[in-house]
Amino acid sequence: MYLATTGRTDAPPRTSGAGRRVPGTVLALGAVSLVTDVSSEMVTAVLPLYLVLGLGLSPLQFGFLDGMFNGATALVRLLGGRLADRGGRHKRVAGTGYLLSALSRLGLLLAGGATAGIAAALAADRLGKGIRTAPRDALISLSGPPETLGRSFGVHRAMDTTGALLGPLAAFAVLRATTDAYDAVFAVSFCAGLLGVLLLAVYVPATSGAVPVPVTPRPRTALRDPAFRRILCATALLGAATIGDSFLYLLLQRGLDLPTALFPLLPLGPAAGYLLLAVPVGRIADRTGRRLPFLLGHAALLGAYALLLAPLAWPTAIAVLALLGIFYAATDGVLMALAGPLLPVRGRAGGLAVLQTGQALARLLGAAGFGAAWTLWGQRPALWMAGLALAGALAAAWRVLPAPAPAREAS
Amino acid sequence: MKAGHPRLAVVVIAVLLLAGGSLGYVLHARHRERPPQQAVADASFTLDEPGLYFRDSATGRVARLPARGGPRVTGGPSCDRFYAAGERALCLRKLPGLPARTRALVLDRRLREVRAVTVPGIPNRARVSASGHLVSWTAFAVGDSYATSGFSTRTSVLDLRTGYLIKSIEGIPLTIGGARHHAPDVNYWGVTFARDDNRFYATVSTRGRTHLVEGDLRNWSARALRENVECPSLSPDNTRIAFKKKVSGDPRSPWRLYVLDLAGKREHPLAESHSVDDQAAWLDDATVAYALPGREGRASDLWSVPADGTGKPRLLAPGGSSPVAVR
Repeated sequence: MYLATTGRTDAPPRTSGAGRRVPGTVLALGAVSLVTDVSSEMVTAVLPLYLVLGLGLSPLQFGFLDGMFNGATALVRLLGGRLADRGGRHKRVAGTGYLLSALSRLGLLLAGGATAGIAAALAADRLGKGIRTAPRDALISLSGPPETLGRSFGVHRAMDTTGALLGPLAAFAVLRATTDAYDAVFAVSFCAGLLGVLLLAVYVPATSGAVPVPVTPRPRTALRDPAFRRILCATALLGAATIGDSFLYLLLQRGLDLPTALFPLLPLGPAAGYLLLAVPVGRIADRTGRRLPFLLGHAALLGAYALLLAPLAWPTAIAVLALLGIFYAATDGVLMALAGPLLPVRGRAGGLAVLQTGQALARLLGAAGFGAAWTLWGQRPALWMAGLALAGALAAAWRVLPAPAPAREAS
Repeated sequence: MKAGHPRLAVVVIAVLLLAGGSLGYVLHARHRERPPQQAVADASFTLDEPGLYFRDSATGRVARLPARGGPRVTGGPSCDRFYAAGERALCLRKLPGLPARTRALVLDRRLREVRAVTVPGIPNRARVSASGHLVSWTAFAVGDSYATSGFSTRTSVLDLRTGYLIKSIEGIPLTIGGARHHAPDVNYWGVTFARDDNRFYATVSTRGRTHLVEGDLRNWSARALRENVECPSLSPDNTRIAFKKKVSGDPRSPWRLYVLDLAGKREHPLAESHSVDDQAAWLDDATVAYALPGREGRASDLWSVPADGTGKPRLLAPGGSSPVAVR
């Protein structure tokens, strides 16, 4: 049994047949993410309905509740990274995050109609999500040799996406079976969340064999490393030239005059592409260096913008969705694999957190900017601007990113 | 390999327990007592008796407070939103499951189904013109802006004389401040019809602002009259509009009920000091009714207040929403 052999903390990272096997820790974390994503996407799918229809909140209040915590997650993420780095407590910090999110479903269940209770539950969920991401990615990057990280992240992200795809289906099944008993969705989601925590506790080794590094007097902060700074800079630049998926879907929906009922299905396209491509792209990234796939992924996004400028028909729409899938497959895990090995072991979670937060904030800025441009000048000029910005950012990133893949030399 | 077995056993047991718990809860939820979602009106419950009709939140069905006094009569159809006028009633019902869909049922005075339309979204506003010839409803479309969890609205108008259905009035040529307005973000909600069965008022939101629009169905045009008006409701004599006005940036209590005099263009606040998120309904030319979040754990309560800004709010029906006076 594959999983059962992986929990041994004393075992060195598997290097035999490095081309074949994915470290057990990665599979275990992938399973945790899969189950957790089923749990969280179930709730995400029904929450607006529950709040507005079940509890009679106005959409404005719902937007307020939902948006309230989004900004805070960025800071919590940095905190999670920091905590994990102190004494290599990745597993414990990540586990706390997963547990918090699982318990938040129980909170939704028990809150009944009380808005304060619901707000608290949503806050706990966001807090958990913020805390766990950086330590989890650090665990993945510490679990194997640097030259196979692309594939490791590919496998993890593919499993993660599988969970995200299954979640809404599970919610749909529960709502169908119970004729809209939202509490049943929360109960099932809670059980799935607990299973995720349990899988983490049982199958993920405490410090994945990487932390027996001698205690350095003062861990270098990631920002001191010029190579890391360049990655952060390029990521932020590219992130700020991203217009946000919701806008892309909106453009597609308007272009095709798609019935609103089908609208929630649009994100399934890129998710499926991501799922299929995450592993192969990760492998390619391991072989060619992660810089090129990362940049090409953004080029795919640029292609999607360009297609949206052309008159829309079904084939172009499908191509846009496919390009978006390629974009995610070639950038999300690949970026972690690119930056991970550059970071010192004891500062890895913190460094990845800085990178993820930087990217998230830059994307927020990009989406807000696009929204403003759309409102001020209309759809086409805004899209042109976004395309030019992305092309510029790509050219800049090409120069800024540390040239030939440093996977082997670093760390 | 051996060391893995106890662990595997723990996981298998946990999976069985958690799966069993989930299944148990789902089965429990499936069989427990809850208001039927698809109930039709009892044969004895019709619109022939004058009174205040509303949605009873305990049962989810339409109920009546008789005009001549007396206890609440239940037994209407189950609706999430209800309105009636002339010969017709409109009942909006959310269909179970995902994605959210709304069934708009047009009913006659005996509350039998005349026509039914299914649209995507969550039921939100319902109106029938005084003659009963025109009906309009609004549904929240979830997912138009996927990441920001915002809502957008879809407002339909159905002409029962011709059977012609406008699924979304978004395409109506709109004039704001004398200029044609083109924007991708226009959202309409809360239609109210004038007596001539042609003119209507509604809210349009675009570029972060809400406007009162006056629409003309025959000429298929709409123009914005003034800002910061939501969910208009035309008085029976067609001279005034009750609406909710955004008076505060505080998302917990943003709105206040106002009445606008269409001739003098003057507006005044009503005596209700709570934030009202509802399309008010005129009980007569001097009184409006509306729902507020309920006390003591009820989903909502029905209140009324004089339309001239004087007096005090009066509790009409605890546990009620969607008020409409039927004569």
